Amino acid sequence: MTTDTQSRFARIWDSDIMWSFRHSPVAIVAGFVVALIALAAVFAPWLAPTNPYDPSQLNLMDGFTAPMEPNAFTGNSYILGTDNQGRDVLSTILYGTRISLFVGLSAVLFAMVLGITLGLIAGYRGGWVDGLLMRIADVQLSFPSILIALLIFGVARGLIPPAYRETMAIWVLIVAIGLSDWVQFARVVRGATMVEKSKEYVQAARVVGAHPAKILIRHILPNVMGPVLVIGTIGLALAIIAEATLSFLGVGVPPTQPSLGTLIRIGQQYLFSGEWWILLFPSIALLALALSVNLLGDWLRDALNPRLR
Amino acid sequence: MTDLQMTGPLVQVDGLTRRFDISKPWLNRVLEREGKQFLTANADVSFQINKGETFALVGESGSGKSTIAKMIVGLLAPSAGHIRFDGEEMDFASGADMRALRRRFQMIFQDPFASLNPRWRVRDIVAEPIVTFGLLKGPEITREVDRLLDVVGLSAADAAKFPHEFSGGQRQRIAIARALSSKPEFIVCDEPTSALDVSVQAQILNLMRDLQDEFGLTYLLISHDLSVVRHMANRIGVLYLGRLVEVADAKRLFVEPQHPYTRMLLDAVPDLALSGRRRKPVLGEIPNPIDPPSGCAFNPRCPLAQDICKAQTPMPRATPTGEAACHFAGQVGEMA
Amino acid sequence: MTGDKMKEPLLSVRDLVVEFPTRHGTLRALDQVSFDIGPGEVLGMVGESGAGKSLTGAAIIGLLEPPGRIAGGEIRLRGARIDNLSYEQMRRIRGRRIGMVFQDPLTSLNPLYTVAQQLIQTIRTHMDVSEADARKRAVALLDRVGIPAAARRIDDYPHHFSGGMRQRVVIALALAAEPELVIADEPTTALDVSVQAQIIDVLKEICAERGASVMLITHDMGVIAETADRVAVLYAGRVAEIGPVRDVIQHARHPYTAGLMGAIPTLEQTSDRLVQIPGAMPRLNSIPTGCAFNPRCAHVFDHCYRERPVLRQAAPQHEVACWLTEEGGA
Repeated sequence: MTTDTQSRFARIWDSDIMWSFRHSPVAIVAGFVVALIALAAVFAPWLAPTNPYDPSQLNLMDGFTAPMEPNAFTGNSYILGTDNQGRDVLSTILYGTRISLFVGLSAVLFAMVLGITLGLIAGYRGGWVDGLLMRIADVQLSFPSILIALLIFGVARGLIPPAYRETMAIWVLIVAIGLSDWVQFARVVRGATMVEKSKEYVQAARVVGAHPAKILIRHILPNVMGPVLVIGTIGLALAIIAEATLSFLGVGVPPTQPSLGTLIRIGQQYLFSGEWWILLFPSIALLALALSVNLLGDWLRDALNPRLR
Repeated sequence: MTDLQMTGPLVQVDGLTRRFDISKPWLNRVLEREGKQFLTANADVSFQINKGETFALVGESGSGKSTIAKMIVGLLAPSAGHIRFDGEEMDFASGADMRALRRRFQMIFQDPFASLNPRWRVRDIVAEPIVTFGLLKGPEITREVDRLLDVVGLSAADAAKFPHEFSGGQRQRIAIARALSSKPEFIVCDEPTSALDVSVQAQILNLMRDLQDEFGLTYLLISHDLSVVRHMANRIGVLYLGRLVEVADAKRLFVEPQHPYTRMLLDAVPDLALSGRRRKPVLGEIPNPIDPPSGCAFNPRCPLAQDICKAQTPMPRATPTGEAACHFAGQVGEMA
Repeated sequence: MTGDKMKEPLLSVRDLVVEFPTRHGTLRALDQVSFDIGPGEVLGMVGESGAGKSLTGAAIIGLLEPPGRIAGGEIRLRGARIDNLSYEQMRRIRGRRIGMVFQDPLTSLNPLYTVAQQLIQTIRTHMDVSEADARKRAVALLDRVGIPAAARRIDDYPHHFSGGMRQRVVIALALAAEPELVIADEPTTALDVSVQAQIIDVLKEICAERGASVMLITHDMGVIAETADRVAVLYAGRVAEIGPVRDVIQHARHPYTAGLMGAIPTLEQTSDRLVQIPGAMPRLNSIPTGCAFNPRCAHVFDHCYRERPVLRQAAPQHEVACWLTEEGGA
């Protein structure tokens, strides 16, 4: 029983979802890792020893410095070593995570907005609108999403004039990943909408003649957000990996603004020549981020599922 | 208003019919060489509800009673037939003109756990019709919600709470407060107490009566429970497989049923008073509504059935208590 | 029944306590529930949702849903304790000595097997008979519960039957191994009024024929009135009143029972208003001290807040847990 005297914080802390979080060691560790990485990424400009995007801070002579060892020429030492251009690996990871997270979050947000909107309309309207949207979704699902993203990315680059390609690359990437991922959201939201639509509180709103848009946004949307948050979290992990994959393939963000995927692409060229750290540390960062987000998603799914409680 | 108008019909239903298309998807039909399939939920239902009265529709599952309720409030479009409210034709397709009419009727639903949006506060739930119809503004809404909560036996402090903090009976009170908030004249009550425990059912039924007296409401009560219907209704319509088989004055229906199905339903009510009246098991079960029996749908279970009942659908005819759709209406007294 | 007082009850439940540990503390769903069921007797168990009537049935057959657990008291079947048996031992009692009929026939029938397969399997699990004999028994049972053309329909799957017919099949299944006790949990709630009476009649007659006792759990006082010999009224996990059906219905002694009876509209009643009990049954986490009914009771006095009333005899066979009731009085 909650009372009005309890603070908002106390009520949230005491809610079922927080209770479930406090009693799940995996969720706590994953949440901690995600929070740590997110904070590090947000505050990268203050935390990073150098700014890898600033050519004036770079010294090519520093290239290929091993971790914790002084450079043979300059004597500089870096915790995680440097890459081929002499960029501090720790700093590139911090800045790279920033880009990976930004692209991942934006792409999921884009997919979410698109998927929720189409899912709500398909589920509420039914009939041919539903049929059409779901067939499009089926067709899209029969291709690997990375292929869809590559296709959209290719078409977009063809349409954008070369002068803007550098600056637009990141936005194209977001749209490409988002468009390849909306189907998950649309399907879940459509199913949940069909369930909610038949409930009596929606009928009560229809009896007084409430506008369908108002019914969708004010009544149905809040009640379908649970599953959306779950696939949103798991989708975030997927989007981060998709971004890394595209960047690894060389079609993602430009090398001047390296994301984790770009760093891994650069690193894998030097793995067999002995400079393992250029590949290893960005890979660990990507793995930790994607895995933790995924574990959080799994926990959220279980916590929101009343049957497993 | 003159006395004549006061007692005139508020709601008039004529030849109301609703068919549901339950065919398989187009591709399956083509492959399996099947035609379209329809389920007739209601066929040719006509009745009227007078101002200030409680008209009840009783029936078992498959009788189509909830379908009628939904058509009257515009949640479902009729396949055929007319509904008139206070003399005006209800045409939900047209939209604009319905707004004024819509404000005058409301609905109370069966399941108080599904009829309140779990994410909304009670204040917003109760105020929804007020806001939708633009009846009041700002602080007036809050005052009105507080007043309505008081009317249904809750307190103004409850306005800030969420539905899950209330019991089933309290939730139904919130739903009633919402229904009252647009100051309607007519309320459709679809099984308003069947999800509630008996002690709570009594509270809600008493409240509904008090509100009827206080605001001069007209009710359409949908129920499967004959005892509840007898307690609440002035007139009763009995439905069987989508057709109205008997309409009668409430008190008399229970004493002199005119249709064999009505008689059978009455015999099936448990004898709580232990008067020694033995509950009579009824023959057979309700047929599949997709493929109803020919002629009178009740004929396979009817002790009075003759050849004509299989051949011809009986039309409603006048009886001493109202009307009944039976070839042998009035002969139920001779039933064993 | 007065003459049978010395006779050992078939089922005896004493001070049964069922608890549910939750993160907000332990909830006591049944609190010292005691009652007996005599051989061949039909005991009605009535109460509103959350009163604990279904839970009592589940505790007896050892099917409490975790984390619910029996935290006290004992359950005896013909004098032998069954509340502390292993899962395997309990499994042998279920079906063989205690049959079950649930509200939704579909939960008791496996949709993947024909009715014949399910009946024959149940019969042969518990009795040493040949396949052919078991089938003969099964057909006879179906015929007895009123399935037309039983010999032919026995090879149908459950979904081929209508709701009422399915419940008949479930009754046949519950009685297949000739149990001594049948626990029927809301057997007619999912059925239409016109079918309810048929099912109640079948259940009552076939149990009487075979001498099986019945524990009939329902919220419907009407069903109890025409079926049960005795009735136990549950409130907030406690027995409020227990006694012969006629006594309890016509001369309810507990204010809750009296209120409940007045609240039910009947075909015979004449008054315009129903008796109503204010408020609602308390949630398990906020059961008042003393008598659980005290916040809703019209006759409450200080003692009701201090001490919980125990069941005391008010009339022969009629026990009431209320401070207003005088021992042995009238």
